[in-house]
Amino acid sequence: MSLLIKGGTIVNPAKGQHEVADILVENGLIKAIGQHLAADGADVYDATGLIVAPGLIDMHTHLREPGQESKEDFHSGTQAAAAGGFTRVATMANTTPVVDNAALVRGLKKQAELTGVVKVEFIGAISKGLEGKELSEMGDMAQAGIVAFSDDGHYVQNAAFMRRAMEYASMFNKMVIDHAEETSLCKEGHMHEGLVSYELGVIGRPAVAEDMAVDRDILLAEMTGAHLHVAHVSTKHAVEEVRRAKAKGLPVTCEVTAQHLSFTDECLREYNPAFKMAPPIRSEDHRQALLEGLKDGTIDAIITDHAPHAFEEKDVEFCCAPNGFSGLETSLGAVLTNVYKPGVLTIDQIVERMSTNPARLLGLTDAGVLEVGKPADITVFSTDESWIVDRNKFYTKGKTSPFDGLTLTGKAKLTVVDGEIVMKEGVVTA
Amino acid sequence: MGTVNLKGRSLLGLEHVSKEEIELILRVAKKMKKVVLSDDKKIPYLKGKSIVNLFMEPSTRTRSSFELAGKYLGADVINITPSGSSMVKGESFRDTLLTVSYMGTDAIVMRHKAEGAPLYATKCVKPIIVNAGDGAHEHPTQALLDMYSILERKGSLEGLKVVIAGDIMHSRVARSDIYGMTKMGADIHLVGPRTLVYPELEKMGVTVHHDIREALEGADVVNVLRIQLERIHSALYPTNREYARIFGINKEVLKAAKKDVMILHPGPMNRGLEIAPDVAYSDESMIQEQVRNGVSVRMAVLYLTIHGGDGSELAD
Repeated sequence: MSLLIKGGTIVNPAKGQHEVADILVENGLIKAIGQHLAADGADVYDATGLIVAPGLIDMHTHLREPGQESKEDFHSGTQAAAAGGFTRVATMANTTPVVDNAALVRGLKKQAELTGVVKVEFIGAISKGLEGKELSEMGDMAQAGIVAFSDDGHYVQNAAFMRRAMEYASMFNKMVIDHAEETSLCKEGHMHEGLVSYELGVIGRPAVAEDMAVDRDILLAEMTGAHLHVAHVSTKHAVEEVRRAKAKGLPVTCEVTAQHLSFTDECLREYNPAFKMAPPIRSEDHRQALLEGLKDGTIDAIITDHAPHAFEEKDVEFCCAPNGFSGLETSLGAVLTNVYKPGVLTIDQIVERMSTNPARLLGLTDAGVLEVGKPADITVFSTDESWIVDRNKFYTKGKTSPFDGLTLTGKAKLTVVDGEIVMKEGVVTA
Repeated sequence: MGTVNLKGRSLLGLEHVSKEEIELILRVAKKMKKVVLSDDKKIPYLKGKSIVNLFMEPSTRTRSSFELAGKYLGADVINITPSGSSMVKGESFRDTLLTVSYMGTDAIVMRHKAEGAPLYATKCVKPIIVNAGDGAHEHPTQALLDMYSILERKGSLEGLKVVIAGDIMHSRVARSDIYGMTKMGADIHLVGPRTLVYPELEKMGVTVHHDIREALEGADVVNVLRIQLERIHSALYPTNREYARIFGINKEVLKAAKKDVMILHPGPMNRGLEIAPDVAYSDESMIQEQVRNGVSVRMAVLYLTIHGGDGSELAD
């Protein structure tokens, strides 16, 4: 089986490459990258006018399996990933049960290989049951192949515990991904605290909750030398502190979601639970700081934070709705619309933040680059095709999205995993 | 006159209601008050209509005044409360609304702890939705009856200094008062502890104070909000004693206000906490009259949204 992707613009930041060329794929690997390639009997995909990039990697997603299959499972979640142009996703540990031991990791890896459409990586819990009390068996999980540690969804409230967790994790060269929101300041809140929340009468989650949490954990990174990766930064102070930490040479990185780059708290005036998430969608000044952080390289990665819920769980009164929505199928379009089109990042920088950097951060040496001999994980996308988001057409089980009904410019056209086409023109074929 | 018609409209709050619409409601309420004060309180403009009072939170005055308002207008009115409904069996709010709306219901009057629930209801079902209080968001009929009571005594809201005192952050009455009275030309001042009144609220076109005397200086109207006693546990103020001493409305601090100041309170009162008993029952107090006006205003709202028109058919 061979596949020839012809005439596209190869955007391959890991090699500093940006040129019109063909890619030939054979037996799951990249066979050649060059001009006017030909291959007898190969399937040919005409990528003229399209971007051909190393497969996009979402380093922060929730596939919900095991235990929460009414929201999502490996099959539906990876179909959504393929539809959105992702060839690999890293799924968070807040499942039922929590992914906090190696036996579970090994079993789930098998299951994801069986039913997954794209590649699935696992993030192990920092603490048993995400309770922030006892360390999970980090070493054992590292040997079982997890790519990072995180209690995502929960802030590790006890500073001494976080210190030990970071020290211990650093032995395994895996980063600690930090859901940074000081719980006591935000546990009752439902949206960003500010004039909009005051007018709506909704209890807020103030920016300072994230600011303080990020400050504490950067200090702990400095003390312990552990790699701290701040999940979904959403405040100007958090961006500024990560910038400062990087300037000092500390092992601190961070990521941002497409939704925090796209919306402001003004969008919550209709009390639409699709916009409810943690950390919350913040005000325009924060959004601008996030764009600035992307531009100057402070923010390493763009993520989906795909957090699907069954429709009936989100179809409730605003303050009763759970946080999160399904992001895999809109993330690339949202980034191209709200980051590329206004000129915040070049297309090369976008591929870097959505493929090259996530691969590097997760320690994936076989991804994030188009290179002869490497697995053929490839994403082809358009930067100018306009489409209207229709949540009912999603592959994910979680049919809720703040992007529903909006027009996005830019769309994944072809997703190739190990040389096999898993999505073509929006249709998932695996 | 005549161009404004509220027929078929839901009343979710006063933020998106115009001055002309507020004036229409208050004008009709005046006619309704005559009915409330008369011997024969039945005017059957809503005969053959049905109204469901869906109260997901406790209420005495709002629920009973909506119920009487509907009945005086000849509508059939039923009450649903969560403890007596399928909500306790885990039925979702959407399904409760659907069930209620498919019984030939023309309007649903709802109170709900969740801000935005009435807006959500309009997206779920067809009947007219009248918001009887959604969390800390809006309570439009309370603000309408506050304005009606002020008009009754002062003739106009234009240029009046209206002080709203107490727990603004958690008050749906405060927000509706701010939206409504600002449109009617009043000068709104908020006063309360820094934990319950945020300076950022000034962006809503009001003045924020943390000193009761400063706020009351030259006031025409004082609307005293209920302090929710459970707030002590969230460290929003130290003790009831301290609150009463520093922020309570009593005869002494009212000396800063105008001589003919009028006192409002949406109830239920904590006498001796946010309001001194001698103030609550003074000549300046309109608190009992507010309750009567509540029925008139709610009659006007139900009449205008369900029946429509401009009220010219009603006797003056």
